[in-house]
Amino acid sequence: MEMNAKQHKYGMVIDLDKCTGCGACMVACMAENNVPFKKDESDNKRDSITWMRVFKVSNDKPYPEADICYLPRPCMHCEGHDGHSPCVSVCPATATDYSQETGVVSQIYTRCFGCRYCMAACPYHARYFNWWDPVWPEGMEKYLSPNVSPRMRGVVEKCSFCFHRYQLAMEKAHYEGRAELEEQEYQPACVQACPAGAIVFGDLNNPEHRVTRIVEPDPHHHFTGHSKKALRLLEQLGTNPKVYYLTERQWVRKALDQYNFGSQAAAH
Amino acid sequence: MDSALFPKGVKRCPTWKFALWIGAVGIVLLWGVYAMLLCWLKGLNQTNMNDYYGFALWIWADLAVIALGGGAFFTGFLRYLVGKEELKNIINFAVLIGFICYSSALLILAIDVGQPLRSWFIFWHANVHSMLTEVAFCLTCYFGVLTIEYLPLILENRQIDKVPFFHNLGHNMHEIMAVFAATGAFLSFFHQGSLGGVAGVLFGRPFAFREGILIWPWTFFLFTWSAAAFGPCFTIFLLKITEKITAKKLVKDSTVWLLAKISGWMILTYIVAKTIDTIYWLTVTAPGAGYSAGFFYDNWFYNIGWLIAEIVVGGFIPALILITEKGRKNPTSLFVAVLLGVIGVSINRWVMVLQVMAVPVMPFDTWALYYPSWQEVATTILPVAYGIILVSLSYRYLPVFPNEVELNAAPEPVAVPETDPDMPAEAAPARA
Amino acid sequence: MLPFGFEWIWDMSHLVFMGGLWYALTIIGVGMAYCIIKAAVDTIQGKGAHHH
Repeated sequence: MEMNAKQHKYGMVIDLDKCTGCGACMVACMAENNVPFKKDESDNKRDSITWMRVFKVSNDKPYPEADICYLPRPCMHCEGHDGHSPCVSVCPATATDYSQETGVVSQIYTRCFGCRYCMAACPYHARYFNWWDPVWPEGMEKYLSPNVSPRMRGVVEKCSFCFHRYQLAMEKAHYEGRAELEEQEYQPACVQACPAGAIVFGDLNNPEHRVTRIVEPDPHHHFTGHSKKALRLLEQLGTNPKVYYLTERQWVRKALDQYNFGSQAAAH
Repeated sequence: MDSALFPKGVKRCPTWKFALWIGAVGIVLLWGVYAMLLCWLKGLNQTNMNDYYGFALWIWADLAVIALGGGAFFTGFLRYLVGKEELKNIINFAVLIGFICYSSALLILAIDVGQPLRSWFIFWHANVHSMLTEVAFCLTCYFGVLTIEYLPLILENRQIDKVPFFHNLGHNMHEIMAVFAATGAFLSFFHQGSLGGVAGVLFGRPFAFREGILIWPWTFFLFTWSAAAFGPCFTIFLLKITEKITAKKLVKDSTVWLLAKISGWMILTYIVAKTIDTIYWLTVTAPGAGYSAGFFYDNWFYNIGWLIAEIVVGGFIPALILITEKGRKNPTSLFVAVLLGVIGVSINRWVMVLQVMAVPVMPFDTWALYYPSWQEVATTILPVAYGIILVSLSYRYLPVFPNEVELNAAPEPVAVPETDPDMPAEAAPARA
Repeated sequence: MLPFGFEWIWDMSHLVFMGGLWYALTIIGVGMAYCIIKAAVDTIQGKGAHHH
């Protein structure tokens, strides 16, 4: 560990009003991280691995008021209270860890023995189990990224905020005699792939970074965003996620409000 | 043919009949073993579990057998530490059931994890803040204790006992059994609790999450309490079934009544605490996180019936039957009570595993329902078949029931004290 | 995990939980060792031979 390393808190803000639901973030993520897929992905999505997953939320109104919100959901890299994120605290074998240095929740595939307690703990369903060994179509192995280890059957995996990119960027920085990264030096694949520019990524501890300027996180109140447009999913559970969402649409705010959701009989 | 192996002075069915029985149960066992091998060789894709149901039927079965196997530690605790000597008549059977339950639980876990060969990571790379770590520690140690408690019974087999070393070993183990029993009780208090903690600490899952003291959520204490309360119900339940099948009286009524009475009071106090916990959770904890009470039961499958079944039908009713003298001394109502108790605690473990997974948490999520694959069902039935075989073998060849000879000696003299319900525990015969 | 393992931290949690594990294992191990050794000694001394 570097003596002069500053504490970073990498986070993301996703503008739901900009997201078109194109799915480029999902595709980029799959390709970047060697995410395995099934031969037939058309049936049951509940055992498909999608580190980044775009959910569709509808206002359930007829034309002309009909509106749809697409909600990309990576791992939230929850900080919880002092790094006590829902999944990290429960893993019996310390196969997942909260880094105080970067704020990234890691997953150590070779340490995980597949008890799936972390999956039960994560309310965002951001964790996925490898129900099968990965099988790549003929020739596709050549397209696999050498920077990300593929996972074997029987372990849990999830979005890492493309941590290998952080490591590569840090290597380069060290080589050039720097201890800190520029904002653009470390950006996950989904952020770069989004054609609408809906995803912004950076260090929430750095006031210069765009993500911080947009969200205005309050370090004294569990990093709740000061921005009127910003919200976090399931914030009231105390997960303290590092992914923020932006929207000006009132119905979206309402639809994503767990109080509104949890107090109504789930009729639909 | 195998009568030389029977305990002294007891009657057992002919060998062919026994072989047929074991063979029939053995077929079910083999079916389970086949499914188990499929899961190990082909992976957990053989199940219907998915990323919404990382915990499913097996984890319920695991929690349920551990709760039901609680009869072993609690009976041991009552006998060796509280000093209820009377319970020595049923302790062997309680230990046997406990041994079966815990070995089953470990087997289920070995099938359930994705990389069974890495299971030792939980000890070597332990995260001491995880409830599951505490479960694994205590479960493994306690299984060791149960093996130690069961071993002397095997050594008491008429033929094995003839070997001086085994005779001495069995004798020595009996001598210090209280030390093992105390260790077992200590471990049990913790792992039963930690299993409750597994669900209770999930602050991302409003259906499971509970407040508590220090690092322990209320479910920690409720799980320990309920295992101690309902475990003996399961012991009595299986005893009654064994008596029915063997057409023999195996344990004195006074012993059963004593255990039933203690169980009844434990259930009553537990279910009152559970009710308070439920009310607090539904009115304070869950609404605080944004979820109203009705929300959790607003599903065609997971409706309020589960809560009523658990607390009233499987809680208050068996408690009230067992604490009344009339209730526990009537064979029918006793059986109904212990059966309801077994169902009640199983429902509790079910909802604390499966309903936790089913309730939607994200506002755009829907209820997630799941049905197990045949491989999951078969591997869940596997321990049942294994248990039946182990009970059958133990009953046939080991002196599980110290009073069996006396209770089944001659019909006339036994009938008299048995019909007298107020008869206090007879002067204990010299210790075996 | 043992105190010389690279993941070990000298804090209350590790002392209590790992300590508890090793404590329980020690009781079980020592208890069984005592029983087995004593049984062997007893057998050599001829105890239990004329049990039947």
